[in-house]
Amino acid sequence: MVEDEEVRIGVYICHCGLNIASVVDVKKAAEEVSKVPNVVVAKDYQFMCSQPGQNIIIEDIKQHRLNRVVVAACSPRMHEPTFQKAVERGGLNPYLFEMANIREHCSWVHEKEKVAATEKAIKLVKAAIAKARLLKPLKREKVNVIPRALVIGGGIAGIRASLDIANAGFEVHLVETRPSIGGNMARLDKTFPTLDCSQCILTPLMVEVSRHPNVTLHTYTDVVNIDGSVGNFKVKLLKKPRYVDESKCTGCGTCITKCPWTAPSEFELGLGKRKAIYFEFPQAVPLIPVIDPEHCMYFQKGTCRACEKFCPTKAIDFNQKPEEIELEVGAIILATGYSLYDVAKAMPEYGYRKYKDVITGLELERLVSATGPTKGHIVRPSDGKEPKKVAIILCVGSRDEKHLRFCCRFGCVAGIKHAYYIVSHIPDAEVYICYRDIRTFGKGYEEFYERIRNYENIKFIRGSPMEILQDADGSLYFDVFDANTNRIVTLRPDLVVLETGIVPHPTFKEVAKILKCAVGPDGFALELHPKLRPTETSVDGVFLAGAVQGPKDIPDTVAQAGAAASSVIALMSKGYVETIPYVSSINEDLCSGCGICQPLCAYDAISLVKKEDGKQVAKVDIGKCKGCGVCAAACPSGAAQQLGFNDEQILAMVRTLTR
Amino acid sequence: MNKPRLAIIPGANCAGCDYSLLDLGEKVIEVLMAVDIAYWPTAADLKLEDLEKLPDGSIDLVLFEGAVNNDETEEMAKLARRKAKNLIAFGACACFGGIPGLANVASKDGILRKAYIKSLSTVNQQGTIPCKLTRLDGIELTIPEFLESVKSLDQVVNVDYYLPGCPPPLKLVAEALTAALSGKLPPKGTVFGSMKSVCDDCKRIREDKKITEIKRYHQLIPDPERCLFEQGIICMGPATRGGCDAVCPTVNVPCRGCMGPTPGSQDQGARMLSALSSVIGLEVETGVSDEEVRKLILQVKDPLGTFYRYSLPKSIMRRVWGVRE
Amino acid sequence: MVENFEPNIVVFACNWCSYAGMDLAGTSRIQYPHNLKVIRVMCSGRINPVYILEAFANGADGVLVTGCHPGDCHYISGNYKTRKRIILLERLLEQFGIEKERLRLEWVSASEGEKFANIAKEFVEQIRKLGPNHIAKELRKEVAVV
Repeated sequence: MVEDEEVRIGVYICHCGLNIASVVDVKKAAEEVSKVPNVVVAKDYQFMCSQPGQNIIIEDIKQHRLNRVVVAACSPRMHEPTFQKAVERGGLNPYLFEMANIREHCSWVHEKEKVAATEKAIKLVKAAIAKARLLKPLKREKVNVIPRALVIGGGIAGIRASLDIANAGFEVHLVETRPSIGGNMARLDKTFPTLDCSQCILTPLMVEVSRHPNVTLHTYTDVVNIDGSVGNFKVKLLKKPRYVDESKCTGCGTCITKCPWTAPSEFELGLGKRKAIYFEFPQAVPLIPVIDPEHCMYFQKGTCRACEKFCPTKAIDFNQKPEEIELEVGAIILATGYSLYDVAKAMPEYGYRKYKDVITGLELERLVSATGPTKGHIVRPSDGKEPKKVAIILCVGSRDEKHLRFCCRFGCVAGIKHAYYIVSHIPDAEVYICYRDIRTFGKGYEEFYERIRNYENIKFIRGSPMEILQDADGSLYFDVFDANTNRIVTLRPDLVVLETGIVPHPTFKEVAKILKCAVGPDGFALELHPKLRPTETSVDGVFLAGAVQGPKDIPDTVAQAGAAASSVIALMSKGYVETIPYVSSINEDLCSGCGICQPLCAYDAISLVKKEDGKQVAKVDIGKCKGCGVCAAACPSGAAQQLGFNDEQILAMVRTLTR
Repeated sequence: MNKPRLAIIPGANCAGCDYSLLDLGEKVIEVLMAVDIAYWPTAADLKLEDLEKLPDGSIDLVLFEGAVNNDETEEMAKLARRKAKNLIAFGACACFGGIPGLANVASKDGILRKAYIKSLSTVNQQGTIPCKLTRLDGIELTIPEFLESVKSLDQVVNVDYYLPGCPPPLKLVAEALTAALSGKLPPKGTVFGSMKSVCDDCKRIREDKKITEIKRYHQLIPDPERCLFEQGIICMGPATRGGCDAVCPTVNVPCRGCMGPTPGSQDQGARMLSALSSVIGLEVETGVSDEEVRKLILQVKDPLGTFYRYSLPKSIMRRVWGVRE
Repeated sequence: MVENFEPNIVVFACNWCSYAGMDLAGTSRIQYPHNLKVIRVMCSGRINPVYILEAFANGADGVLVTGCHPGDCHYISGNYKTRKRIILLERLLEQFGIEKERLRLEWVSASEGEKFANIAKEFVEQIRKLGPNHIAKELRKEVAVV
């Protein structure tokens, strides 16, 4: 279309059967608007959205050489796409179309005011004409999607999502900050409600993902930067030095046996020890050890080198340096998972870390695990004795205004499972579960609860202790008000297990900052829509899997991982994304790069760039821009405009409606 | 060959624009040699009659200074238009009403009452207020009468060019005079100045426009390197046409908007209001109550005076409405 | 109150919540006064105070700005910008001599057709009480002098 071509508008007023025509005098409206400058034809018709209705538009575009079309009918939320397609079929750019809503906003809401409704309808159509006169052709641009995905986080969510994408034939890079994938699930002994062995169901997947030809594992690696937008993200990873050459190491473990130095094991949550060179855990994937320079004598004092001496493949490399890896991916899945709420710091009243015999549920999992620090024997950390009386406290930090407002969604059933662990390992033990409500919403959870509740030596107390105290003899005790019996109960447990609340894993905060994706008030990733788009983030092409979005149990995590993976697969199968037409556009002749718009963009679509002359201007990444127009409304100079909703178009409507 | 004729005609002005001409330094002599001065009451002893006698359209270049505030300046504006081949609205007041335009926050009667009766330093027991016509010993004396509102020059007559600024920047004055004297004036309607805002001229470092606290200029000594706006000082630079070389921000003084709106702006004040209110408290806006947001935003005490200091008559609303005083 | 005064009210509505809420009022056939005419934008954050001043300068008796509820913005935080702008604009309107009651900001979700109809009724009544906005007429007089 030539810039200064004469504007020729066709206006079509729909009867919508009687929906509009019984209230609005459509003939009169058509006649009135036919007098408006630039209106070449104005017609009314029974059903504009019908095939014959659309054909009128298509014919008129040809016959009357129309270059703008206005349809006055229902809500644009209903039929705008229909008419845009018709206009396109008529040979015009589909965005040279404007709609006036004279049904939902007029005939249906002013049923008894026919004269006023007709007048209003005419005004609305005139306003649409005023805008139509100033419409410019818009386009949707195609952006190719690189058929490669990045999955951040190697827990069950990340593993499942990676496998799904890889199985669909696309390349996946799975990044894990720890030396092994597996995540929190690897720490569990059994999973509720089926009580199947966690390792037994997880480790095959770990192995599968590591061996998958489409998957590249990046363990002991952090994401340091991500640029770009959907389809074309540029990712920078930093691989931390293991000081072990992965290409030579066979994972025989000789180095570990020979290493004389120890440190608390991260995986065992401090309950056990590991060597200065260590596997994350026995089933680690990849089965390649890392040296922890903080506890390695060679790094600290320059002597030892026992591991190097004994390594049969000469894989130890003390000179390894951090390695930067650059990747280009089309989509990203965040699966960074959760961490336990810092109860030691935030809730000193529970005495966690103060009293050795107050442990978390996750620590109990390690005590029960056959590969754990006690080889599966439940003992008190203080003296190694079997506890005969155990208190399990639910909702520690969760559902608490002063701490975490939300429910952790697995603490109740985990607590019930933990009670089962204890009575099955120590049949004569007594277990007290202090709870607020028991929430068993998952499949089979209520049945599991029923089963455990029938154990005579598992008792449920409805209440939370105020404070856990220690007697002179070192034994723990606390009072708890049992709301079921209206009595204060004093318990003297040998072991206290806290089912703590959870928070997003700290890596999420970093990644969210890099990606500029929205974070909810609880610190978890904010999904695009809580109901309908639970796996999408505010950043196109970035999806969520698992507890990064909010507390989840394993089934929900795996389900969401699958959903996130299928979103990625859909994106890659199509091969391209289309930008939205109503993006922001910066007139560089007017923009002085003042920078007002840049921090306002919720999608980080605006950057300030230096031009050749050294002057600064704002630039919009149309791949990221979602077309809200916030920047255009805030632009102090008028350099930023939203295409399809520019100042002149909106002001033309304002003037038409008010004059 | 005849020298081009130049007239400099004052409206409601302060003569600051004249000083900007003197800022040309020795070049002013070159200019004066190159032209034939038809009228310039500040500098030349020519009478109004001399100007009126000239044929209409015979002055090659007329610079009109000042706003139009009374029937005299209105008359001068019309006269300027009649005599001018090219009429330039010279300075912020002629372009947008400028500082005299702030009279539009009050009513014409209110201003007179304030000045002649109510001000603390005035003794005026009879309550005499100037009026258009006075008879004294049988002689009729007239003085100019205020218009209802102060206007920009183009709200009274058609204007060919605009040269904003308070005072107009020397560089632009030189540019306009050179263009006019060499017969190479740009298309009519041109504003002498930058297409971009003052920020484009400003050398200060811009990092992040998020601000939470607005500071009055006397509350801090600004960092001379960093953007003043980012230090919490309301600097009108982002919403103001450049071309002034950002002289004020350069000497640590925030821009007050004398170059008027940018070419893409419909209303300098509303644009600045939108920009400023959008970025205040960006980091806390989602987590605070309506009341707290109010507090945050209403740190801006006087949006009208701050954002429309030079452009009130040329703004969408033009003036304050319904004022009784 | 002026006899037979029919206020002319411009409504700005975001596409996702408020406009949809108004559509719902329609599909539910909830009747409200005809005085309101809607301009659709994608997000309330698109609304420049210039539009509102222009509406008043041209003779709008009232302006209703609607957007998604805080926290529900389709574009994450556009409505928070709107909230801030409107507060300062209200202050400016007062300074310009326009009753700030002529401008109203309301959060209307896609399910609040009924709420919108009630706001519409209430606002029209409020503007009726305030009477017509004379500024446009006065402004036209001023412009006519040229």
